[in-house]
Amino acid sequence: KSIVSVFHDILLDKAFKATVSSDVWKVHCTHGGEPVVLFQRGAVRLLDSLLAAPQQPIEEVLAQEEAIRWSAIIVTETQQFIIITTEQKGEHFLYLQRLNPNSVQRYRLEREEPGLSPLSFSATYRDKHICLLYLYPNGHVYQSVLSVRGLGTEEGVQALPLPRSLLLGLPVGDGQLEAASAMALDEAHVAVVGVPHPSTQICSNSFELCLHHLCVDFIVSLIQLWSYSNKVFIPHGKTLSIIPFECPKSSLASALGKLKHTKTEGELNQTCHTLTPNSVPSWNNILHGEKAQPSKSAETRRTVSWISVFANSEFVIVHTVTAPVEEIQKEVEGFLTRAEFQDLQPSVGQLALTLVSRSLADPAFYSSSTLAQLVHTRCLCHSVCPDLVLLALEKKDYFLCQLCLQFFPDIPEAVTCACLKTRAEDVKKASAPSQLICPVGLHKAVLINEILQTPYSDTFLLPHLKDLSSQHVVLFLQYLQFLYLKYSQDAFPQMEGFRSPSLSQIMDWVCLLLDAHFTVLVMTPEAKGLLLNLHSFVKSQVRLVSELGKIEGSLQELHKMKAKESIGQYSIEIIELF
Amino acid sequence: MGEFKVHRVRFFDYIPSAIRTMAFNSQTERLAVARADGAVEIFNFNDNFFQEKVIPGQDGRAIEALCWVGHRLFSAGLNGEITEYDLENLRPQYTVDAYGGPIWTISSNSQGTQLAVGCEDGTVKIFAILEERIQFQRNLNRHKGRIISLCWHPSSAQIAAGMTDMITIFDAETGHATRRLLVDRATGASKNKEVVVWSVGYLSDHTIISGDSAGKVQIWNGLTGTLVRTYLVTKWDVLVLSVSKDESSVIAGTSEGTVIQFQFISSTVDQHDKEWVRTRTFRNHSHDVSALAHTDTAVVSGGMDTQLVVRPLLDKVEKNTQESALRKIAFPHRSLVGCAKKAGLLLFQFPDRLELWKLGESEGHGKPGDRLPVKRKPEKLIELKRKGEDHICCSALSACGGWLAYSTVSNVRLYRIQYSNTISINKVSKLPKELRSVHQLCFSSDSSKLFASSCQSSVIVVAVSQQECRYLHTLKHKTGSRQPVHLLCASDDGKWLATANTDCEIHIYNLHKMKLHCMVPVYNSCPTTIAIHPVTNNLISVHADQQIFEFSLVQKEYTQWSRRLQTQGLLSLWLERDTPITHITFNPKNLDHIILHDTYMFCIIDQSLPFPELNAVLWNQMTLKSLPVSQRIGQSHAFKICKSFQHLMCVSLLEDLSLVVVERPLLDIMSQLPAPVRQKKFAT
Repeated sequence: KSIVSVFHDILLDKAFKATVSSDVWKVHCTHGGEPVVLFQRGAVRLLDSLLAAPQQPIEEVLAQEEAIRWSAIIVTETQQFIIITTEQKGEHFLYLQRLNPNSVQRYRLEREEPGLSPLSFSATYRDKHICLLYLYPNGHVYQSVLSVRGLGTEEGVQALPLPRSLLLGLPVGDGQLEAASAMALDEAHVAVVGVPHPSTQICSNSFELCLHHLCVDFIVSLIQLWSYSNKVFIPHGKTLSIIPFECPKSSLASALGKLKHTKTEGELNQTCHTLTPNSVPSWNNILHGEKAQPSKSAETRRTVSWISVFANSEFVIVHTVTAPVEEIQKEVEGFLTRAEFQDLQPSVGQLALTLVSRSLADPAFYSSSTLAQLVHTRCLCHSVCPDLVLLALEKKDYFLCQLCLQFFPDIPEAVTCACLKTRAEDVKKASAPSQLICPVGLHKAVLINEILQTPYSDTFLLPHLKDLSSQHVVLFLQYLQFLYLKYSQDAFPQMEGFRSPSLSQIMDWVCLLLDAHFTVLVMTPEAKGLLLNLHSFVKSQVRLVSELGKIEGSLQELHKMKAKESIGQYSIEIIELF
Repeated sequence: MGEFKVHRVRFFDYIPSAIRTMAFNSQTERLAVARADGAVEIFNFNDNFFQEKVIPGQDGRAIEALCWVGHRLFSAGLNGEITEYDLENLRPQYTVDAYGGPIWTISSNSQGTQLAVGCEDGTVKIFAILEERIQFQRNLNRHKGRIISLCWHPSSAQIAAGMTDMITIFDAETGHATRRLLVDRATGASKNKEVVVWSVGYLSDHTIISGDSAGKVQIWNGLTGTLVRTYLVTKWDVLVLSVSKDESSVIAGTSEGTVIQFQFISSTVDQHDKEWVRTRTFRNHSHDVSALAHTDTAVVSGGMDTQLVVRPLLDKVEKNTQESALRKIAFPHRSLVGCAKKAGLLLFQFPDRLELWKLGESEGHGKPGDRLPVKRKPEKLIELKRKGEDHICCSALSACGGWLAYSTVSNVRLYRIQYSNTISINKVSKLPKELRSVHQLCFSSDSSKLFASSCQSSVIVVAVSQQECRYLHTLKHKTGSRQPVHLLCASDDGKWLATANTDCEIHIYNLHKMKLHCMVPVYNSCPTTIAIHPVTNNLISVHADQQIFEFSLVQKEYTQWSRRLQTQGLLSLWLERDTPITHITFNPKNLDHIILHDTYMFCIIDQSLPFPELNAVLWNQMTLKSLPVSQRIGQSHAFKICKSFQHLMCVSLLEDLSLVVVERPLLDIMSQLPAPVRQKKFAT
């Protein structure tokens, strides 16, 4: 039999004690709710009503051999809930107990691999639903959502199956987690801490820095995790680790991933080293030169981001506000090499923001290489640091500009056009104007090539295109025509993985420019030859396409025929009958 | 079930001979088909179109026309002879020279008393049909130009004869020509080319229908000699016509490969005067349609492309039944491939030669679906040209590969083959005189005896050894059936011999006692293949209607398995297959397995498994493959069907448990045919 003691807030030595008729599991108390007593056999009483009649009979809710593993209290606007998870012969159940009026619903948890029991539970209340998060030793974090309304009237005899969804599969390597805890921080973020298997690093994403010193003391089998006011608390041994965190709002760009880059970094690097003909300036050659930077593989980008740890980066950020360019460069370099890729996103954003705002405030300060380095991490996007591209344009840092165009998935059309307008002075005065001589300088050409490959939307781009002067338009069209002719030549190698605008991108831009400026162009004498040329292109294209259309059927037949395998006169094959 | 190594053989370059002409006997429902090489085949339309008899061809016997008179079958050809066939012994019974040069056509009157033949020299010769022979009666008045086609009026009083540029009507009594119908030549460039009337039909109401080389089908009034109607149906030739028995429908075959139907119907509703109207066009051939038969319910056609096509008329049969399905018969309903299981040899039978091949060898192992590298290629050991002008009708290879025998209608030859460093083949001279005319040959499994089916369903047993070839016995049954034995099968232990004849009888002989052991109860469909189980000595027979029986030779009764199968019934998908099972083998490793095949699939029947339920899926291999191993048992049934190999000529299991599959893709046959007259081009 248990004794319930009630202490006074201030005078701890004064206590009210009551002996109750059954064993108590836990007294739950939460802000804004009445204290609740949970008995070992599953019964629940409000503390007040229990103290009023301590010897009242306590019913048994749980079955034989069923034992409570974890419990929690949830307070909603109108109700209080006690959530209990139990284990019975290897099966796990969940009781959702509503208080006042009391009703209970029993759920059965889906089985994980045989022999695996959940290591930790955490429950949160959001939008009229209780969200239950639980972690298994194999690293799987599941989420189940329970509605607080419509609780069944029949008293939890029947165990309903509890639907679940796999939220995360943590890498645990060969072994399994011995002890771990998971907790939802908000809709998109989960904190996980656990005893690492010798060969693996659990929670490597965000907790890696912490784990390095936490590992030492992690011998305890029970690991707990709390969060309060943007801090995570982890008790271990005699110490308590407090980790401040921030859940960055995920931007659309990072959620969608990079739309325009279908080619992987590896391919890009490869092509850097191949000698490409310089007839059309290659982005790769100029941007990276021969020293292609080895960068981390980007394929493990996740939309579920992890809480970020600023313990390290904060120092760097503070530093960036005052330190000279060289020092910052060193610091950032060091930071980038130390940090894991997934941790970077928020801190890199902050770093970039600080650097940009300092540059804007102090015209003498500009750290091109550091910014380039940050852009190279691919953790930045335009929405995170909107001033970066314009700053680069202002500082005439075309290299950074091109880098941004290449790596940012979300550059607004207005900024694209701004890039297009720059460096009008970079016009080559060709002595004998020929269509096969590039009408713009090399750097401009590279920039335009990059712009051509930038994603855009016609409707948003058109108004900005109208702002271009007719000289600009003519020049741009000349360059596009030059590109088109280059592409039309048989000799031009359309290399796989070679970063150059595609023919359809070029044609789309030609159409867009003509759409935006046609009336002006028709009135401009110097554009006349250009328009006639373009007209003849279109005519030839139409003719080609119509000819191709005629033989399309035959070509498709050829394609089908190839698929057939010839068997020949004799073969020895293996077949299987079932 | 397990994995099999499969020797997939495609080097049997068998080309069926073109169909030249055909005749349908509506009394017996038998179709006689003559091929370009002179072979005559008899199909039983009452028994799933089973090819029950084949009379082998002969060099120089170019059959131009066939004619049934009751049960008797006559042919005439460009060698100038009329032949009557002995359908019990599968050979020509006698030939009569008509002395009129090449014969183009033959036709009997409706009473079956007279035969008329049309000759190159322009005469129509009348022969009286007597018992056992025919006798020349007289010539009708001779005309200039050859007689290409003939047709008797149903009253037997007149004969219409198709010639060049005209049709002549003769009075059969007096022999005088009573009318001449002039046939227009083609217009345009071929105006100077004479037009050949390839075929004529003569109806009871004296309507004459003609098909000619100008591509016309013409309807004439035979009484007045006037042309009623002309249908230009092709740019090429109308080669053949066939009239239905009730004279309400005529079909015409063209060089383009089409068959066109004309029907005698009212052209408008509520009108009583009927006329001949072109109704349907069937396109089932790529080449000339040179043979046609109009049965009550179907159009039967054949030609250069060698396939016999039975196209049911959908207004005469019930729709969406097996009866309404189009049938194409591309391969003979008997095996042309012999397999020596112990030696890994294949014997291919052609009309003019035999080929003996040794199978190749593979290297290494593979998983299902793999093709293994071929270490040793297959090798043609012997190509044996036949002697004489008669074509080979049957052949046999002993299981050890040491003996080879073949037969023509006149001769049996036996060869000893020895395999040392080189291959030697020696003809065994002095065969017993009893071995003269045989229809089927078979060696005992220990190669010590040769069985040959002979006249009147008898089987001659001959002992073969290094030293001599000795006649042992003639096995006879007592049912009185004189039909030829078309299937022979000896048991592995040498005790039993099973024979099947085209009267659907299966007889079992005890070879130790050299006498009849028993007869399997007669089933009303002809056996298409029989085999004796090597261990249980049960006889498996599969019939033309696709039924399967198992008969215990020891107990002289159907086995439990067979009774269960009959009680439960075979799935309709099995029964609706349109090619017969032509070969059965057994798996020495698993005695429950019966391996059988038709043209489009082979099937392993596992006698230990339950029969498929009537609503089950018969071809369930893909389903089973997709299931986990534990669930396969519940889904699997006795019929393991593999359709990976098509146009099968032979499926056999060698002693090393690898399968031999001999395929003859129809496409390969088509590619070796001469170009059709009209190549279909795009947009023409």
